[in-house]
Amino acid sequence: MNQPAIQIRGLTKHFNGIRAVEDLDFSVTEGTTTALLGGNGAGKTTTLSILVGLLLPTRGEITLLGEDMLRHRHRVLPYINYSSPYLDLPHRLTVRQNLNVFAGLYGLPDRRGTLERLAGELSLTAFMDRPYRELSAGQKTRVSLAKSLLNEPRVLLLDEPTASMDPDMADFMRGYLMAYQKRTGATLLLASHNMTEVERICQDVIILREGRKVAHGTPAGLIAQYGRRTLEDVFIHIARTKEGPEGALEGDRVPTLHPEDSR
Amino acid sequence: MNSRPSYSLARVGTMTQRYLYLLLGSWPRLLEMVYWPTVQMVTWGFITKFFLTNSSWLVQASGMLLAAVLLWDVLFRGQMGLTLMFFEEMYARNLGNLFISPLRPVELAASLIVMSIVRTVISFTGAALLAILFYRYNIFIMGLPLLLFFILLIVWGWSLGLLIVSLVLRYGLGAEGLAWVIIFAVGPISGVYYPISTLPGWLQTIAWFLPSSHVFEGMRALLLTGEMQMSFLVTAAALNVVYLALGLGVFLFTFEVARRRGLLLNLGE
Repeated sequence: MNQPAIQIRGLTKHFNGIRAVEDLDFSVTEGTTTALLGGNGAGKTTTLSILVGLLLPTRGEITLLGEDMLRHRHRVLPYINYSSPYLDLPHRLTVRQNLNVFAGLYGLPDRRGTLERLAGELSLTAFMDRPYRELSAGQKTRVSLAKSLLNEPRVLLLDEPTASMDPDMADFMRGYLMAYQKRTGATLLLASHNMTEVERICQDVIILREGRKVAHGTPAGLIAQYGRRTLEDVFIHIARTKEGPEGALEGDRVPTLHPEDSR
Repeated sequence: MNSRPSYSLARVGTMTQRYLYLLLGSWPRLLEMVYWPTVQMVTWGFITKFFLTNSSWLVQASGMLLAAVLLWDVLFRGQMGLTLMFFEEMYARNLGNLFISPLRPVELAASLIVMSIVRTVISFTGAALLAILFYRYNIFIMGLPLLLFFILLIVWGWSLGLLIVSLVLRYGLGAEGLAWVIIFAVGPISGVYYPISTLPGWLQTIAWFLPSSHVFEGMRALLLTGEMQMSFLVTAAALNVVYLALGLGVFLFTFEVARRRGLLLNLGE
């Protein structure tokens, strides 16, 4: 069985007394795609931000690719990447200039070749020389994804990866991410509100509420567990129920269904 | 996992390239770098002309005010060159993207310093050449002392710049105005246009803790006596070492505070 690429133990983050994440434990198996689900303010973006080192936890342990992320962040950073609508790129620079800068920061040996390849694959070629500020929201999301793929990361963290994309482009992007994951064996962890997307590309789902894990399993496993027809129904059920499944909201007895459990 | 070198000059070069993209892609930014030093120099040039017929002190060294205005601009541009480039990252909400890459805070600081040098050299050279053209005043005849004054002032500008950047990182762009406030507070007590002895006693004590005060006193001594008083330079250099280390320390500390408070993502506050 593959090793976990991401391992979190007791992760807690408080902001001025507000609990953004509370005693979170989970691991993501190498080479799989996992979704972090939850309503607004559930702690998804906070968790992803802690994982990439932009945010320090109040307490807890994080291991990425076998390294202690809190102590040896710079050993891991060359091998991971992140795309988020909360991060932006310099608006006055062209798309090519922006990507070229990040290619340089990752020390890519063939910057021009990598940029041309990614521009072709993600349909960016037509606006590579346009200032970033002139792009539509969907185009900006694609550029952000291109930025996150520059170093061919072994762990790719995505916050709303298809936000602002039209259905056709979103569908293309899901296919692209699946192909990328298959080709490179990368580990993907994504936060999304798009349940169709999650059902299509994720092998594992973690549902958060008020900073705590309230469910963990395969999409099919969770649907069966909650007796619902779709993952969206499961999400709505959890969001509207005061307590988690089997009273698990307080962190005890969280049902965890792993891929092998659902087979 | 491969162990990679801790620090990289290539990443500093890449960040410098990022700022050059910005600078060279905007003619107003390029114009602005030369415009204000030129306006200042022209203003003080006329003031000098007036005082030359009305001040026996200034007659002893006619270029004193022009030299002062040009060197003051080194400190001003040195600080602003660093802080404005950092503000660009804040405006662009790009700090998060930068710091999930292998870029280290100290490498960002180094690239900001490189850009400060670029911007200051362009500003200073432009204004100094115009001083030759307009007033037949050639600051370059100072020679080596000019280079030393330049270095001492720009380094002091970096220290102030790092302090301001830290405040803005901690308190957000609302603190942006400090970039202007702090440098203009340093000006009057640095004895740019008048000797430190002009200040009240208690302010003189503060003034001698500023590297710029020693530089401008050294400049006046050089222009009035033709002799370079090394004690001014040595003291300014020693103070610079302390302040630059302090500025860098505060910047690195604030970066960790920003990570703890979620400021790199505008989270938490």
